[in-house]
Amino acid sequence: MTTNIKLAWRNLWRNKRRTLITVSSIFFGVLLSAYMTSMQEGSYSKMVEIVVKFYSGYMQVHHEDYWENKSINNLFDYDKALVDRLKSHPEVDLVIPRLESFGLASARELTRGAAIFGIVPDVENQLTQIADKIVSGKYLQATDDGVIIGDGLAKFLKLQLNDTLVIITQGYHGISAAGKFAIRGLIKHTSPELNKSIIYMELKTCQSFLGADNKLTSLVVNVADNKVMANTFKKLKREIQSPYSVMNWEEMQPEIVQQIESDRAGGVIMKAILYIVISFGILGTIMMMIVERRREFGVMISIGMQKRKLAIVLFIETLFIGLLGIISGITVSLPLLFIQAQNPIPLTGETAKLMEDFGFEPYMFFSTAPEVFWQQAVSIFIISVLIGIYPVVSTLKIKEIKALHG
Amino acid sequence: MNVIEVNALEKIYNDSEVKVYALNGVDLSIEAGEFTAIVGPSGSGKTTLLNLLGGLDQPTSGQISIGGTDISKLSSSQLIDFRLRNIGFVFQAYNLIPVLTAKENVEFIMHLQNRPKEERLTRTMSLLKAVGLEGRENSRPNKLSGGQQQRVAVARALASKPKFVLADEPTANLDSKATENLLEIMEELNRNENITFIFSTHDQRVVNKARRVITLEDGKIISDVRK
Ligand SMILES: Nc1ncnc2c1ncn2[C@@H]1O[C@H](COP(=O)(O)OP(=O)(O)OP(=O)(O)O)[C@@H](O)[C@H]1O
Ligand SMILES: [Mg+2]
Repeated sequence: MTTNIKLAWRNLWRNKRRTLITVSSIFFGVLLSAYMTSMQEGSYSKMVEIVVKFYSGYMQVHHEDYWENKSINNLFDYDKALVDRLKSHPEVDLVIPRLESFGLASARELTRGAAIFGIVPDVENQLTQIADKIVSGKYLQATDDGVIIGDGLAKFLKLQLNDTLVIITQGYHGISAAGKFAIRGLIKHTSPELNKSIIYMELKTCQSFLGADNKLTSLVVNVADNKVMANTFKKLKREIQSPYSVMNWEEMQPEIVQQIESDRAGGVIMKAILYIVISFGILGTIMMMIVERRREFGVMISIGMQKRKLAIVLFIETLFIGLLGIISGITVSLPLLFIQAQNPIPLTGETAKLMEDFGFEPYMFFSTAPEVFWQQAVSIFIISVLIGIYPVVSTLKIKEIKALHG
Repeated sequence: MNVIEVNALEKIYNDSEVKVYALNGVDLSIEAGEFTAIVGPSGSGKTTLLNLLGGLDQPTSGQISIGGTDISKLSSSQLIDFRLRNIGFVFQAYNLIPVLTAKENVEFIMHLQNRPKEERLTRTMSLLKAVGLEGRENSRPNKLSGGQQQRVAVARALASKPKFVLADEPTANLDSKATENLLEIMEELNRNENITFIFSTHDQRVVNKARRVITLEDGKIISDVRK
C-alpha cells in the first residue's frame, strides 16, 4: 500500500502546474462555499437569537390549550413545583413567568390595540434586557403599579412620561377589566410591530388587573443555545404532562423556520452549481492524465501489475487532489472566518435601515459552526470519490496491446 | 527442456476490409538458455509473434505453451500474474515508470511479487551493477540516456527471475555504441546466468550476436538457423 501511495503522490507532481491549478480551483470553491455558508448560518443564528431573546425564549410551557386558542381563559396557576422541576435540569438557565393578553390602550379620544405583558421585572430583564431599551423614564420596579410602553405606542396616543394610560380588556372568565396606569418609562422595542403595541406591567399588577391572581400564560424556559435546546426539549417533552405542554421556538415561530429553510435551500443550489463546475475541472484533469499515461499503463500491466492495483493508484491520485483542495481550503477559511466572526461587517444605507427597523443589528454576521467547514470537506471528498470511479473503470478496461501502442 | 512450445499459431487481423494474416501457421520451440533473434522485413509479424509469446494478445488459433502451461486457458488477470512470474519484457522505448528512480523501477516488479525487502534491495543492486549502472541508482529515467534506460529495463526484466526475456527491437532507439553495450550485457547475462533472451531486430550487428536466427516473412517462418 505504501508503494501505491508513493506512486500516486509522485504522479501528482509530474505535471505540477496542472495539479496546482486543479487544487486551486477546489481551494477557491471550498473557500467561497465556506464563506457563503458561514454568512448564511451567521445571519440565521442572529435571527434566531433575536427571536429568542426579544420574544419567545427557546422554549415555553403553556396550558395545553393555550397555543391553539390564545384565550385569557387558558391559563395555569403559577406552580412552584413545576418551576423547580424545570430548573432541576442543569441546562435550563432561566424560567420566566409571563401573563400575556391583548387589550385596547387609550388616551383621550385615541385608541389602539395593545399587547399586554405581565412580567417579573428583574427576571424578564435577564433574558430580554429590556431595561437597556428604555429611552426615557425608568424600568419597572419589583412591585410597581405603573407601565412601560413602546415609544411608538406613546407617539400614537400622544402620551408622555408620567401621563396616564387607560387599558380596557377582557379579564379572566369573562370579567371586563379597565384600569388606569401611570407611564413609568418608554421603551424602543427592536420589533417595530411590538414597538407600536407593547405594554409591560409588573406581573402581580397584571394578574390583579385581569382578575387572574397567581395565573400565567407561559413559563419561558431558556437555555444556552439552539443545540442545547434540541436535547433539553426532547427531555421536557417527555416530562411535561397534561394539562401543560411545552413548545420550542421553532414550533412557536414556524414562519421563521420556513424562511431560514428556504434561504438555506437557495444556498445549497448555489453551492451545488459551484461544486459541479469544480467537478468538471477535476474530471478534465483526470481524463487528460489518463490519456497521457496510456502507454505507461500498458507497460505496467504488461510486466505484471494487476489492473485493479493500478486502478487503486489512480483512485488515490484523485483522492489526493481532492484532499489537497480540502486541506488548503479549510486551512485558509478556518482562521479567516474566525476573524470574520469576531468582526462582523457593518452594513450601511438602505439595507442597514431596513434591518434596524426589523430589530436586527445592521451587520453581516458570520458563523464558525463546525458544519460550515465539514460540509465543504465532505462535499469535495464525495466528489473526489465519484470522480475517482472514472480512472478505475477506464483502467479495468485497458487492453495491453492497444495501450502499449499508444 | 523447452520453455516455449508454439503450435500452428495464427493471428488474423480482421478489422480492415482485407484480412491480414499477421501470423500464418507458426510452429516453434525455444529451449532454456537460447539467445535468439527474430528478423524479417517490416510487417512480417515479428511484433505480433513476440506479443503472443508474452501473453499480451490472444492468437486467432493455435497453441502457446510456456513451461507446460497453455496460456490461452488463463483468464486476463491470471495471465497478468503469469507474466509477472514467468516473462521479462523489454520494450522498444518508454519502458520505465517516469516517477520512479532506476532502483525503484527495478524493485517495483519484485514489489508486485511481494518479495521481502532484503531480497529486493540486494537483487536490485546486483542487477544494476550487472548492467553497468552502479552510481545511477537514484536517477529518474529522464536523467538517464536512452541506452541507460534500456539497461534499467533489462535489469527490471530480470528482477522477477523470469523463464525468458522478450525484447521487441530493444536497440531501435539507440546509437551504435549503446546498441553494442546493451547487447554485450544481454550476452553476458545469457552466458553467465543462462538467461533466455528472444529479441526482434532490424540491426545486422545485433543479428550477428544471436546464436539462433529465426526469419519471418508474411507471417511464416522461412528460415531458422542455429550457429
Ligand atoms: N492492430 C492491428 N490491426 C491490424 N493489422 C495489424 C495490427 N497490428 C499489426 N498488424 C498487421 O500485421 C502485420 C504484422 O505486423 P507486425 O507489427 O507484427 O510486423 P513487424 O514484423 O513487427 O514489423 P516492423 O518490423 O515494422 O515492426 C502487418 O501487416 C501489420 O500491418
Ligand atoms: Mg514490430
